[in-house]
Amino acid sequence: MTGLETPGVWSAEGTSPGAIEAALRQLLEQQYQESEAYVPARVLNLIAIVDREWRGEIVNRLERLGRFHPSRTIVCALEPRRDRLDAWATMTTHHGSSPGSLAVCEERVEIEMGQRHIDGLDTIVDPLIVHDLATVVWSPHGHDDAVDALVDLADVFLIDSVEAPAPEAAIARAEQLLQTGYVVDLAWLRSTPWRERIAATFDPPGWRPSLERIEEVVVRHHPESALSALLLVGWMASRLRWEPGAMLQQNGSMLARARTRKHEVKLRLEPEARQSVPGLAGITLATSAGVSLSLDRGPGGLAAKRRLRDGRESNYVVLGASRGETGILGEGIRQALLRDPTYGPALSAASAMLGSA
Amino acid sequence: MATVAQPEQRENPLVEGLERLPVHPTTLAIFGATGDLSKRKLLPAIYNLAHEGALPERFNLIGISRGEQSDEEFQQLARESIEQFSRRPPDDQVLSSLVGRMRYVTGSFDQPDMYDRLGQALTELDEDADIAFNRLFYLSTAPSFFPVIAKMLGERELHRREGSEVRMIVEKPFGTDLESALALNRELLSVFDERQIFRIDHYLGKETVQNMLVLRFANEIFEPLWNRSYVDSVQITAAEDIGIGTRAGYYDQSGALRDLIQNHMLQLLMLLTMEPPVSFDANPVRDEKVKVLRAIRPPTPEEVPSMAVRAQYGPGKAGGEEVHGYLDEEGVPDDSTTETYAAVRLKISNWRWAGVPFYLRTGKRLARKNTEIAVRLKPVPHLAFQQQGSLGVEPNQLVLMVQPNEGVSLSLVTKIPGARMAVRPVNMEFQYGTSFLSQSPEAYERLILDTMRGEATLFARNDEVEAAWAICDPILQAWSQMPGPLPQYPAGSAGPKEADDLLEGDDRWRPL
Repeated sequence: MTGLETPGVWSAEGTSPGAIEAALRQLLEQQYQESEAYVPARVLNLIAIVDREWRGEIVNRLERLGRFHPSRTIVCALEPRRDRLDAWATMTTHHGSSPGSLAVCEERVEIEMGQRHIDGLDTIVDPLIVHDLATVVWSPHGHDDAVDALVDLADVFLIDSVEAPAPEAAIARAEQLLQTGYVVDLAWLRSTPWRERIAATFDPPGWRPSLERIEEVVVRHHPESALSALLLVGWMASRLRWEPGAMLQQNGSMLARARTRKHEVKLRLEPEARQSVPGLAGITLATSAGVSLSLDRGPGGLAAKRRLRDGRESNYVVLGASRGETGILGEGIRQALLRDPTYGPALSAASAMLGSA
Repeated sequence: MATVAQPEQRENPLVEGLERLPVHPTTLAIFGATGDLSKRKLLPAIYNLAHEGALPERFNLIGISRGEQSDEEFQQLARESIEQFSRRPPDDQVLSSLVGRMRYVTGSFDQPDMYDRLGQALTELDEDADIAFNRLFYLSTAPSFFPVIAKMLGERELHRREGSEVRMIVEKPFGTDLESALALNRELLSVFDERQIFRIDHYLGKETVQNMLVLRFANEIFEPLWNRSYVDSVQITAAEDIGIGTRAGYYDQSGALRDLIQNHMLQLLMLLTMEPPVSFDANPVRDEKVKVLRAIRPPTPEEVPSMAVRAQYGPGKAGGEEVHGYLDEEGVPDDSTTETYAAVRLKISNWRWAGVPFYLRTGKRLARKNTEIAVRLKPVPHLAFQQQGSLGVEPNQLVLMVQPNEGVSLSLVTKIPGARMAVRPVNMEFQYGTSFLSQSPEAYERLILDTMRGEATLFARNDEVEAAWAICDPILQAWSQMPGPLPQYPAGSAGPKEADDLLEGDDRWRPL
C-alpha cells in the first residue's frame, strides 16, 4: 500500500528505499506546485537510529529544534522482530512571520525496520541521503552495530558520552569513531560556556602567566556527568601540556595529579547532588600565587568568585542564558558543520586519566 | 649591532577551538541612551549578546542623556525596550542581571560637569571591580554633538586610559557634505586616534553584506567573470515602501542621496568591486575599498544632470490606501526641494571596471521594500538555436539579495521541455536562511561586539568617508543650484520616469 495521504505526507508499508526516494522527489514537485518561492537549499543529512518504542520522544526532540533542524532527517526506528520496511515521509517549509525572515526546508523520512536490516542498513539509507552534504549519524539509544554499518556514509557522529553506561566505554567508543569521522559530543558542548569563561579569565596578558601556576583544579558535576568533568579537565591538560596521571576514586570523588614542566597539579572531580540538569555545576582553579577563581551555575549566568593573593575577593555574574537540552542538541547539529580541533586531544587526555590510553 | 630582547607576548592556549573569543572587560557608555536608536536597536543588541554569553565576563553600561532620571528609572526603560524589541524573548534572570549593571548619568552633552560625573562613574566601576575596564563611548546623538562630545571627553582626559583601551562608535550621518565630514574628522582626530574611532554603518553588520566578500573571494566560479569583459552593468537598489513617517525634521535636511547613497550604497559598491585584499584585517580591506572610490571621478557641475536624477514622491497608493505626497507630509516645507528618490550612474575608472555603468537608486514610497545588487552579464555572442516560441534569451544575471530576502539568485537560460529548442530564463536561488542552521544576529550585535574587540574591518575609515563625500558632494552642490520644484513620482510606483534617462544603451531598470 502506498500513496500521498495528505498534501506533503507520503507513507507505505512493505516498501523499499527506491520507493521512498521516488516519494521524496514527488513531494518536492508538490512543494513547488504549492509555492513558487519554495527553495530547497539544504545543509545536512541527519540519520537518527532509535528504538521503535521511544521514537516519539526522539521525534519530539527533533521537532523542537526549530531553525537548527537538519534539512533531511532519516529516522530509522528499530523493532527487533520486524521483517519488513514500513515508511512515511514529509516535506515542509517553515516560513517566518515577517517578510524576509528565515525559512527552513525540512524533509523527514521515518523507516520502521527490524534487527535483520541492520547488516545492510547502509544500502537502505544511502539512496535517501542528499549527496555532497555532510551526513550526521545520531544513535541516542545505543545500537552501535547500526552506527558501525553506516561508517562509510557518515561524515559526523553525534554522540552524548554521558549517556554511556561507563566513562571508560564512552571514551573508547568516541576514540573509535574519531578514527573514521568527526565526532560532535554533546557532553563536550555542555562544557563550552565553561571553557569560554576559563579562557577569558586568563586572556588579559597580565593573567596569562598564571596559567603556568595553576596547582589545583576542582570540577563539580551532575552525579551522572562525570565524563563532562573529565573532558573539561582533559581539555585543560591538553591545552596546557600537562601530563595527567590515572584517576583514583575517593569518597565518591575522582582524584588525579598532572605533571607540568615545573610542578604537579591536583585534579578533583566532585559529584554535586543538588544539580538537577546534566553537565557541569562548577569549577575552582587555584594557583601557586594564591589566586583562585570559582565559577558556579547561578541565576542569569555563571556566578564567579575571584580571590587575589592579598585576600581581596570579587563576586560577579558572567551573563548567559542556559541553552537547555534542546538547545544543546541544536548546537550539536550546528557544530556538525564546524570543526573543533581541541576535542580529540581532550578526549585522549581524559582517556589517559581513566587509564585506558 | 646590539639588539634589545622584547618581552615575549604569551599566547593564550585556551582560546584554540573556541568560536567566541574572549573580550576584555568593558564599560559601554551610550550618549543618547534614551533615544529611539538606543531603545530599538542598541539595548536589545546588548541583551542578545548577554543572552548568548558573548559579552565580556565583566560588563557595565552607563546611559547618558539630558532627561533627569534615576538609575532605577533608566533600568526600567532599558528592560521595557528589550522586552519590546529584542529578537528573542528575554530570559528574566539574564535580563535582570544585565539591567542591574546599568547606571545613568544625567546632563547635556556640552555640560562640563556631566563629564565629571561620567568620569566619576567610570572610575567607581573600575575601583569596585578592581579592573581597568576598557571604555567604549557610543555616540547615538544628533550629529551636531559628535565633535562636542569628543572635545569634552578629551578635556576631561576620558579619551585615553593607562592599561585599557578607549574606543568610540560614531553613528551616521558622518557629515552632511565633504567640508563638514573633513571638519568632523579633524575634530575627532584632534582628540582620538583613528584606531579608536569606529564609524558605524549598520549595513556592514548584515550577514548578507559580509557574505558578498565570501561569495566573491571564496568561490572560483565568479572571479573570472568579475570584470568589464563579462559584466555588462550593475544595478544597486535600496527601495523602501514607506514614507518619511515622523522624521521630516531629519529627512528634509538630508534627502535620499545623503541618507543612503553616500554611505550604505557606496559601501555595497565598494564590497562588490574592490580587489581581493591580502588579508581580511581592517586596513587591507579598507585600503582596497577606498581605492574603488578614488577610481570614481567626481562629476563636474555640467555632468550632474546626465548622471544623477532626483525626485519627490507625490500622492498615490501604498498597500491599497491613499497616501500623501512628500510635500503634504507633516513638517515638510511646501517649497522643499529635498529628494526622496535619487539615482546615479557611476563609472569606476580602473583596469577591472572601465566602461561598466553602475546604477545606484534609492527612494521612499516605492512599490516595494527591496535592497539588492544585480550584476548583469553580457549576452552570449551568438545563439545558434533560437526558435520561434521562445521567451527570448536574456543575459545571465546574478542578484545578491540583501533585504527583505537574503540570498543569491542566478538567472540561467534553459530549454523548455518539448520537441522544439525553445528556451526561457529560470532562476537558480539560494536563500541564506535555508542553508544555515542558526538565526543571523542583528547587525548591531556583530558591530558592537567587534568594537569591544577592537576589530575595525566592518567600519568606515576616515579616508573612506571623505572619498564617498567627494563623489556625492558635487551632485549635491549642483542640485542646490537647480530651482525646484522637483519631478514627482506617484507613491507606490517604481520611481520617476526621469530615472530612465540615466540608462545607457539597452539597459533598463529591474522591476522592484
